[in-house]
Amino acid sequence: MKKKVLTVDDSRTIRNMLLVTLNNAGFETIQAEDGIEGLEVLEDANPDVIVTDINMPRLDGFGFIEGVRRNEKYRAIPILVLTTESDAEKKNRARQAGATGWIVKPFDPTKLIDAIERVTA
Amino acid sequence: MDMNEIKEIFFQECEEQLAELESGLLRLNDGDRDPETVNAVFRAVHSIKGGAGAFGLDDLVSFAHVFETTLDCVRSNKLEPTQDVLKVMLKSADVLADLTNVARDGGSVDQARSLQLIRELEALAKGEAPPAASALEPAAPKAAAAKPAAVAKAAPVEPVVNEHGFAPVAFSFDDFGSDDDETPGDLPAYDIVFKPKSELYTKGNEATLLLRDLSRLGEMSIHCNMDSLPPLDQMDPEAAYFSWKVSIKTDKGEDAVRSVFEFAEWDCDLEVTALETGETTESDSDDLPMQPVPFDLSALDGELDMPLGVVEEEEQIAAVQQAVAAAEAASNVVQMAASASRAAASDKGAATAAAQNNAQQASSAAAQTIRVDLDRVDRLINLVGELVINQAMLSQSVIENDSNGVSSINMGLEELQQLTREIQDSVMAIRAQPVKPVFQRMARTVREIADITGKSVRLVTEGENTEVDKTVIDKLAEPLTHMIRNAVDHGLETPEKRIAAGKNAEGTVKLTAKHRSGRIVIELSDDGAGINREKVRQKAIDNDLIAADANLSDEEIDNLIFHAGFSTADKVSDLSGRGVGMDVVKRSIQALGGRINISSKPGHGSVFTMSLPLTLAVLDGMVVTVAGQTLVVPLTAIVETLQPDAAAIHSFGATQRLISIRNSFCPLVDVGRILNFRATQANPVEGVALLVESEGGGQRALMVDAIQGQRQVVIKSLEANYTHVPGIAAATILGDGRVALILDVDAVVSASRGQSLQLESSLAAAG
Repeated sequence: MKKKVLTVDDSRTIRNMLLVTLNNAGFETIQAEDGIEGLEVLEDANPDVIVTDINMPRLDGFGFIEGVRRNEKYRAIPILVLTTESDAEKKNRARQAGATGWIVKPFDPTKLIDAIERVTA
Repeated sequence: MDMNEIKEIFFQECEEQLAELESGLLRLNDGDRDPETVNAVFRAVHSIKGGAGAFGLDDLVSFAHVFETTLDCVRSNKLEPTQDVLKVMLKSADVLADLTNVARDGGSVDQARSLQLIRELEALAKGEAPPAASALEPAAPKAAAAKPAAVAKAAPVEPVVNEHGFAPVAFSFDDFGSDDDETPGDLPAYDIVFKPKSELYTKGNEATLLLRDLSRLGEMSIHCNMDSLPPLDQMDPEAAYFSWKVSIKTDKGEDAVRSVFEFAEWDCDLEVTALETGETTESDSDDLPMQPVPFDLSALDGELDMPLGVVEEEEQIAAVQQAVAAAEAASNVVQMAASASRAAASDKGAATAAAQNNAQQASSAAAQTIRVDLDRVDRLINLVGELVINQAMLSQSVIENDSNGVSSINMGLEELQQLTREIQDSVMAIRAQPVKPVFQRMARTVREIADITGKSVRLVTEGENTEVDKTVIDKLAEPLTHMIRNAVDHGLETPEKRIAAGKNAEGTVKLTAKHRSGRIVIELSDDGAGINREKVRQKAIDNDLIAADANLSDEEIDNLIFHAGFSTADKVSDLSGRGVGMDVVKRSIQALGGRINISSKPGHGSVFTMSLPLTLAVLDGMVVTVAGQTLVVPLTAIVETLQPDAAAIHSFGATQRLISIRNSFCPLVDVGRILNFRATQANPVEGVALLVESEGGGQRALMVDAIQGQRQVVIKSLEANYTHVPGIAAATILGDGRVALILDVDAVVSASRGQSLQLESSLAAAG
């Protein structure tokens, strides 16, 4: 069965890149535009792994991850954070919010898929 | 979708983000301190940087990175967004826009400017005052050095990575397989002790998956230490009890080994020890309770598809299965399955409630706009144009065949006409866009010119949400830019002069847009010195535009600046040096079917007023007859219509005639003769004169045979369907199905200035 990935990113460019990359790699992809929408679609999407941006309107990545971790059903789902900054502070915050790992943008397709493979069975 | 399409999307998005960035910065400039404004500004730059990185647009990335860093300081309240800070940021937004354009269209940017801004931004981020622009020269090498560093920082990451970076680990299953065939004896060996904390599992990491990853690096043996595993009845399903000891032989290096645990390094105790080559790991096994077992990847597969929330136990069991007897594991599986069903049951209620909640929120968050390809809208507009024409033709033929005009067909047609008109208006409204983007670009022009001229200028905009057809907006930017330049360069005085004149040192340029009687009126005013009429007059005399003793009204003098080649600047400045005069501005406004006027008050400033049609797809025209042909004259060009009196016509030279209108003379132009519809000039008394205003403010009386009426016509391009015809702007199809040509008033007027022969010959050539 195809693995399902929920991506949360406010940038159309990045959303499209994620979509193409993930579909080419054989994943089923569900997309949301910000943290609020991400939490809204979570139940229906029932993803195997989540890839989320940090800087987003309405609800940012930190808030989104906390929201997912509060959800009894999805609290242990792997969440990868897309981040342009490689500085430790941002990663640390993401980690404290409950992120599983991160992908430094600009991601190349291999990196993204590797990271997803790394955290999913 | 391929990468090129995504790139196109990226640039579209950049435009939106840049607009967002600028309007956000301007709001901050106006004193808005809403954190969400700062966030939106930050996100805009961040988004551009993220996308640019994906396409390897390094210049864009490095500039955006510096910009973003400084914005982050504002966001975290480390930097107060004062006017000075915002000035730098607005300029940076301009450079960012330039870099985006260069990335899309090629070309080059002003390197010195962008380096200077990088330096200023970095200084701000460090909490220093922005370095003065005059310090550019000595500091330039530093800035030049800073830039490559920034590039290196943000450039696509090579497989060599800093300690936190994500190394694209160079393994594959093929490599893994081939490693088995090699004799691993010579490979470096590592001992790894990995003890997860419970946090590792709560963040969605999996010890088994990490070990699986590790196994891909080379041949390894693994031992699970279960000493701390309590009896089953005391076991906390969320706790971490196991640790692993792994011996691995790999040529990938210690960094590769550590990077496997990259995501987990805070949530586990990890020791990686490099062993001397050839040292056997078996020596360690003495103090292990059990023999190391080969880590069997396949044994894990398919066993992890368990409900979440129990992953840790499941993972532990997987490990247990590796190491202990199957019977013992079986009892654990039972326990685990029970807890899984409990978890599933408790989730159910919450899930239902959440789903209902979702449905509500999703409907309220429905998109308010859609994106449509402009070509599709144009096609729709064209079709509606055809529909309008068709409807008009139908009405006309019904009227012709139905003299009493009260039949039900006629009534139906009237309704059809109304509907068609409404459809037309609605379709036109699709193309309507607020003038805001153009006004925003003007803000930038003002900043640049203010910088160059050393003047202090505030741009005030009003009515930026006024909508007008997109084609009008696109063509508005250029003349408007030039007028803004003029207003700041020539209109406003230097701060010293302003203070001397008792004015605020900061000049104000005001740009307003509003709808007035079916047109858009754009006003550009400045509070500068106004037109220096003496200077303008002298200049006009010097350039032989007017006679030395000409008696001109103030208004006429003001309008002289629209004459070709007229410039009041004594010396060619940076700006006037661009070689565009106000005559070009006037011509481009007229080409849009618009008019431009100036009114000026010495010492108080000038006001330029432009009135433009809301759309270029339809035109209000006067339908006239000339030598049996039907022509349309744009209504905007017509000042008045009059019936010439024989006494008012005066001959002037061999062919020229003048008409006297309220004691002033105006050249009379026979449209039929100019367009070569007839060989000799018609008798003016038998026709109608249309007083038109043309390029340069000059008036002409155009002679036509008769006026049929006023009508809104759908413009059909002659160039697109046939070829350019001198004297004719476009064509349209009238209600009776006949094609009518739309007169190019300016071309006809200039042809009347003794250039009619040329027009005739080119007309003959075109025919």
